[in-house]
Amino acid sequence: MSALTELGLAEARDGLRAKKFSAREITEDHIKAVEAARPLNAYLCETPEKALAMAAASDERLAKGEGKPLDGLPLAIKDLFCTEGVPTTAGSKILEGFKPPYESTVTSQLWRDGAVMLGKVNLDEFAMGSANITSAYGHVENPWRRKGDNHALVPGGSSGGSAAAVAARAALAATGTDTGGSIRQPAAFCGLVGLKPTYGRCSRWGVVAFASSLDQAGPMTRSVRDAAVMLQSMAGYDPKDSTSANVPLPNFEAALTGDIRGMRIGIPREYRIDGMPAEIETLWERGIEWLKAAGATPVEVSLKMTEYALPVYYIIAPAEASSNLARYDGERFGKRVNGDTLDAMYENTRAEGFGAEVRRRILIGTYVLSAGYYDAYYLKAQKVRALIAQDFDKAFESCDALLTPTAPSAAFGIGEKFDNPIQMYLNDVFTVTVNLAGLPGISVPAGLSSEGLPLGLQVIGKAFDEESVLRVGQVIEQAAQFTAKPAFIAGEA
Amino acid sequence: MSLIKGETGDWEMVIGLEVHAQVSSQSKLFSGASTAFGSEPNTQVSLVDAAFPGMLPVINKLCVEQAVKTGLGLEAEINLVSIFDRKNYFYADLPAGYQISQYTRPVVGKGRLVLDMPDGSSREIGITRLHLEQDAGKSLHDQHPTQTYIDLNRSGIALMEIVSEPDIRSSEEAAAYVKKLRSILRYLGTCDGNMEEGSMRCDCNVSVRKPGGPLGTRCEIKNVNSMRFVMQAIDYEARRQIEVIEEGGTIKQETRLFDSGRGITRPMRSKEEAHDYRYFPDPDLLPLELDGAWVQQLRSAMPELPDAKKARFVSQYALSPYDAGVLVDELASANYFETVAKGRDAKLACNWVMGDLFGALNKLGVDIANSPVKAESLGELISLISDNTISGRIAKDVFAAMLDTGKNAGAIVEEQGLRQVTDTGAIEQAIDAILAKEGEKIAEYRSGKDKLFGFFVGQVMKATQGKANPALVNDLLKKKLAG
Amino acid sequence: MALDKATVARIASLARIKMGEEEQTRMADELNHLITWIEQLAEVDTTGVEAMTSVVHMKNPMREDKVTDGGIRDKLLANAPNEARGFFTVPKVVE
Repeated sequence: MSALTELGLAEARDGLRAKKFSAREITEDHIKAVEAARPLNAYLCETPEKALAMAAASDERLAKGEGKPLDGLPLAIKDLFCTEGVPTTAGSKILEGFKPPYESTVTSQLWRDGAVMLGKVNLDEFAMGSANITSAYGHVENPWRRKGDNHALVPGGSSGGSAAAVAARAALAATGTDTGGSIRQPAAFCGLVGLKPTYGRCSRWGVVAFASSLDQAGPMTRSVRDAAVMLQSMAGYDPKDSTSANVPLPNFEAALTGDIRGMRIGIPREYRIDGMPAEIETLWERGIEWLKAAGATPVEVSLKMTEYALPVYYIIAPAEASSNLARYDGERFGKRVNGDTLDAMYENTRAEGFGAEVRRRILIGTYVLSAGYYDAYYLKAQKVRALIAQDFDKAFESCDALLTPTAPSAAFGIGEKFDNPIQMYLNDVFTVTVNLAGLPGISVPAGLSSEGLPLGLQVIGKAFDEESVLRVGQVIEQAAQFTAKPAFIAGEA
Repeated sequence: MSLIKGETGDWEMVIGLEVHAQVSSQSKLFSGASTAFGSEPNTQVSLVDAAFPGMLPVINKLCVEQAVKTGLGLEAEINLVSIFDRKNYFYADLPAGYQISQYTRPVVGKGRLVLDMPDGSSREIGITRLHLEQDAGKSLHDQHPTQTYIDLNRSGIALMEIVSEPDIRSSEEAAAYVKKLRSILRYLGTCDGNMEEGSMRCDCNVSVRKPGGPLGTRCEIKNVNSMRFVMQAIDYEARRQIEVIEEGGTIKQETRLFDSGRGITRPMRSKEEAHDYRYFPDPDLLPLELDGAWVQQLRSAMPELPDAKKARFVSQYALSPYDAGVLVDELASANYFETVAKGRDAKLACNWVMGDLFGALNKLGVDIANSPVKAESLGELISLISDNTISGRIAKDVFAAMLDTGKNAGAIVEEQGLRQVTDTGAIEQAIDAILAKEGEKIAEYRSGKDKLFGFFVGQVMKATQGKANPALVNDLLKKKLAG
Repeated sequence: MALDKATVARIASLARIKMGEEEQTRMADELNHLITWIEQLAEVDTTGVEAMTSVVHMKNPMREDKVTDGGIRDKLLANAPNEARGFFTVPKVVE
């Protein structure tokens, strides 16, 4: 392990500017860490040469005092972002061999600001999953272990590779995407900060689509400050994405004042779900106390439609996915499995190219949109979704941000919960409402479970108020003093 | 109403048309790739058109404007909020596996279109809706024994689908509908109406019934690409359906193809499977909201359309409805005529445009926009006739010379010395010279052989190389012969 | 409503995913569970509720009609599993 891989993103930035070390040095250390982290199966594609070339360019700029916001900072990129000339798989066999001739807007902005690409990281296939076990390229292991137990745990999903890489110090930070909790839940499982911005804050252009009305890219980091720094580069209006919001970009790092006096923090009554482990409940109570102590006022609010959020999500997301994934047909890119006729070619390619979970979701999505069922399922879901959004609007009349747990449990073992899809889907019960309403949400590590695994608390804000979300998140971070480290640190024996 | 005689009596056709009109624009509906016709395969394709992972659509404002203008031209409701939906189906030339279209909430609602029938009557056909959608690419099946080749140049080009009510009752009406619609689109500049290049294609929904009876089952004939084929396809299809029913069969609702080589329709094999398009709002696009003031602005800037222009030609220029109808059919012809007629004898202008000019263009095989004789030039010729500079007969020669040389009428008249002689003295001189030689004929004439008058006129015209003003020649001759 | 094997076969065909009998049976069972779970939405009174069409409260942006893209055939075809003479190719289709 090297001291440089232990640094936070903002710390490393400051160290590079102060010329305490070079971009090449921190990049080389990270390249070694990436190699050492291979047992986790976090990286699908390592790009050390590219990283070194980018680091060299950063060093030149830094030497001239022309350093950019992220100059020389090595990052991992979720393999859902298209990266020019670098294989992009979305965790699926169907995109085997695909090298995009273009760079996603979000990653191009990271490189614009000087960041260094270490490689592409694993994920659930097409981001469909909550445990990173649906990837066609094998599951990812969580670097954490239960106390006294070496059974491998899931890192959460779908951004499981991102979470594992950052937790194991095999990247300073990573990009993630969040459709129903795919940034926040793995962040919670791996003891990280994960921020899902407001829908429309980060461009979706060049990000392989799962569910277009829910997908949103965001940072996965080891501190709230790092999340603010990274979001600054990822966010911004993109005329190539019709759903990108043309709103001013605040200075997110400047929002970290630590001052939340007078803020009203909503505590949604309906999030006290049946069967929630006591330690999650306790953690939540502790979080409320921390915010009170910092001068905020907790207020009880009601999000009446909460119990319906998951069924709504499991109609809308598969419906959109069934259509978004129709383009994987073996004609223009990716895998082709031949057939005698065009339809046979389609059917063979898609049967072999898509894994079981993706096939399942495509079928649900096709079914709920099919003639005779559209009104009962899809249209009904969009109406309930409108009610879910109204719940939040109403709640925000009496509060400035909401505090909830991120997930109903800590990371579970590989092989657990796998047999029942609905049990698996319940992982997203606290996160999915935020996607349905298009709001920003952050997960901050707030404590350890009795088994010694990280647990997260989630702060939800009003649309385009990432500043409050970050500010409250940082207050929790400081109060929690979360210093625990995973069992596996890249490069440590 | 035109009825078809069958074995069991008369039958009536019920026809509705769906016209796909390519929006005139530089770039595609949702991408910045060019729409130009006839380029090398796959050279006018963006990654959006080819549906690469993560590619997103952004709508072209001009295409929306063109759709709204067309809606206004069809006197239709403009919907200030409309929705883009995905129509999901797999096909080799549909890269995304869905077509972005408008399903439940199109940009344009109910409108109407008036047909002028050849017998002078008019018929109103209801417009159900107009919506914007993407075109698909092109599949080439004849390039390889076992492969279909795909060219995506057309993929993503903006189309307006204009749907009529099932108000059409004959193939002639169907052709008149397509012709009128094309005329309106061209007036508006929203579609070039070029059927050969595929800028306008027509799906024909055809059913038959006993007059006034309940509607029959319809068949849809896809992608008919000329006015003549529209008529042929409909006539064939109606006959086919009548035969099936009269032989005790039933019509199966299906999609058919028109085989122009054999003049028949046949079921489309690739569409046999029952379709389930699974429409839903495209989550990559927000609802299309139009500014009412902007629509109002477009409305007030609407050009004069064929019906209004025809009415004006009838009243302003005293043209017959038939002549006015022919002239307004193409905006270029109407404009040409108006340039010619400006400040001149409109009836004469109309005769020249519809007679000599159209005849010549027809023979040359060029359209009016490329006429070798420009409107200003033909106008000048007509002025020369009206002010007696040349005679109508000479004018024909001048016009022929204009076609050949592209020169102005005045220049030709001067060069060839064709100016009409209106100098009484000169004409009298010519008459005197002839009368001096033709004493015998004068006597015959005076004794009652009136027909000889033509002979004298002919002689005078010959002597003046046809340039003498015929009216003056007549007057003077009459006086002199009267003695 | 029970989602039977025939329905699974139909939607698998609509989605162009080849599926053996065995998988159809298993999938029918799984999807039935899911659909039953999803159907709890029927309890929610949505009378008079407008279905959500977008979470973003803004107008659909429009671009100017300019040619800014295309002319990238090599890039376009570089990933194609099969191409010929500038075309993508697929098994022959009979219309």
